[in-house]
Amino acid sequence: MTAGSLGSQGFAYWAVGAATLLALFVASLFVGVGELAIGSLASDPEALRLIMISRLPRTLAALLAGSALAIAGLVMQTLARNRFVEPSTAGTAQSAALGILVVTLVWPDAALGWKAAGAAVTALAGTSIFLMLAHRLPPTQPFLVPLFGLVYGGVIGAAAIFAAWHLDLLQYLEVWMTGEFSGILRGRYELLWVAAALVVLAWWTADRLTMLSLGRDVSIGLGLNYAGMLRLGLVIVSAITALTVVVVGTIPFVGLVAPNIVSRFAGENLRHTLPWVAGGGAALVLACDIIGRLIRFPYEVPVGTILGVVGAVLFLVLLLGRSSND
Amino acid sequence: MTEVVMQRALVRHEGRLAMMAAVAVLVGVAFMTIGLRGNLALVIELRAVRLAAMVLVGVAVAVSTVVFQTVCANRIITPSIMGLDALYVFCQTALVFALSGFGFAGIDPRLHFLGNFTAMTSLALALFLPMLRRRFDLTLMLLTGVVLGVLFRSLTTLLARLLDPNDFAVLQGTVFASFNAVEPDLLLLAGVITVACVAIAWRARHVLDVLALGTDTAIGLGLAWRATAARLLVFVAALVSASTALVGPMAFLGLLVVSLTERIVGTNRHAILLPAAALTAIIVLVGGQTVLQHALGGEGSLGIVVEFVGGIVFLAILFAGGRR
Repeated sequence: MTAGSLGSQGFAYWAVGAATLLALFVASLFVGVGELAIGSLASDPEALRLIMISRLPRTLAALLAGSALAIAGLVMQTLARNRFVEPSTAGTAQSAALGILVVTLVWPDAALGWKAAGAAVTALAGTSIFLMLAHRLPPTQPFLVPLFGLVYGGVIGAAAIFAAWHLDLLQYLEVWMTGEFSGILRGRYELLWVAAALVVLAWWTADRLTMLSLGRDVSIGLGLNYAGMLRLGLVIVSAITALTVVVVGTIPFVGLVAPNIVSRFAGENLRHTLPWVAGGGAALVLACDIIGRLIRFPYEVPVGTILGVVGAVLFLVLLLGRSSND
Repeated sequence: MTEVVMQRALVRHEGRLAMMAAVAVLVGVAFMTIGLRGNLALVIELRAVRLAAMVLVGVAVAVSTVVFQTVCANRIITPSIMGLDALYVFCQTALVFALSGFGFAGIDPRLHFLGNFTAMTSLALALFLPMLRRRFDLTLMLLTGVVLGVLFRSLTTLLARLLDPNDFAVLQGTVFASFNAVEPDLLLLAGVITVACVAIAWRARHVLDVLALGTDTAIGLGLAWRATAARLLVFVAALVSASTALVGPMAFLGLLVVSLTERIVGTNRHAILLPAAALTAIIVLVGGQTVLQHALGGEGSLGIVVEFVGGIVFLAILFAGGRR
């Protein structure tokens, strides 16, 4: 059964998915320290201001970052031809943080956009090296690639920490290593719309990306510009990761968990699964952000921390559940 | 192998061991003496405490890694890579969380260590014994271990966030120590545990040789695999607790040290391997710290450098193994 299959059942799934996302969206608008009742929106101008300046940007940021990261993970899995990799576990996010560090050093007053550009360049380099090496690993051992990715990301992270340690920028680096939405206000998240545009681009090329996952020879045989598609995929992954790291910091495991869970139910055809993956990622990040706001009310726990726990548990379930089925 | 050949190999290995011991002593002397100035008595005392900590950690990491690798019948698995030291830090944090900083600081340090160690051993046995029993493929096991490590670290961060600032300060003092801030009390306790465990590991060296032949062969030779493995895992947990309590997690130190040792002595006999690995660890730690401190001005960042270099070594081994 695919999510895109016609008929009343497919429609019911869409309705339930959309309703869940909408519910999380509304909940995210109304959870917070500032008093806010739904009824007061119409009468109280202050309540409306709170929504427009703080809550709505935050909710949108979670929505955009979640869906973009899930898609980045999906594209990365297609490129690496392995289900268990994603940007934050394969060096992309760590490379991006290293890039921000370099830009900060060379040009301390750089605007957020320039930092994102620098991060995207290093993320591209780091991810290219990862893919180059990952493609050399024997395809008979599927778990070698994510293991390699995790340690590779750790090595790049150690390099970034060493540099930051020497330059006394450790605290600064920490901001990008843990994803957090509490600093998001109007004017502070808009770069994420660029990530959303990249998601649309991924959707547009979904069929060709699906072909990419069949491997080099098959996809060239099917008439695909393999090298060109590989480059496009790399750019999508690196740019999305760099943008989210610059704006909200690293949010781990979204790109791994959302696509894997969706593919269990809906198969591997990207054109059909892409909206589900994007929606799933958005719902996951929104839910974790809401948990982070409630778990120690009125203080906040960063969404990156919550997802570190939730994501790692889900990763283990996927990993071990899968192996016992085989 | 004939008697004569074995004899010759033994002599060669003993020669190497003696050489490594000499280098270790030299490095230790260099660490104590280079750039000595100021209040001599104070500086020497400070350095002696740090040297003792490094020697202890080196020995604990080396011995625990060798034993763990032998139990797992593999040379890339180490306690840290499987997340054991992250587990220790998590147990500490959970204790502070449960007892609050005040209660936590009030516990007798020995009792505290014992509690920690019990929690950690039971968790480690519950996690790793089934994993070893099921014997799923090596990369899956490693990957599971690495992800478990990520999970424990994330749980630690989460609990730390939920702590009140005072409790958090207490925790930070106990968990995120480094070679620069070693507590003498802890040093003594860790020293006693390490010495005891090393003595036990040394007595078990022949059993370890049998285990190294592989699980099936060892069982065939009449070894009670499950009981032996469980007992050895307890020692590993104790050693990891001791070293992590002293200086915090060091993910790739064990791997780095043991793979270096294998290059140098090239034997599977634990009578040679155990002391050789311990000496290598001391040379790497003390030598590394001396070089960082005096040549590169990067005092205190040894852990990060070990992480970096050790990670690269791990990847190199992975690639070499994967290609075969």
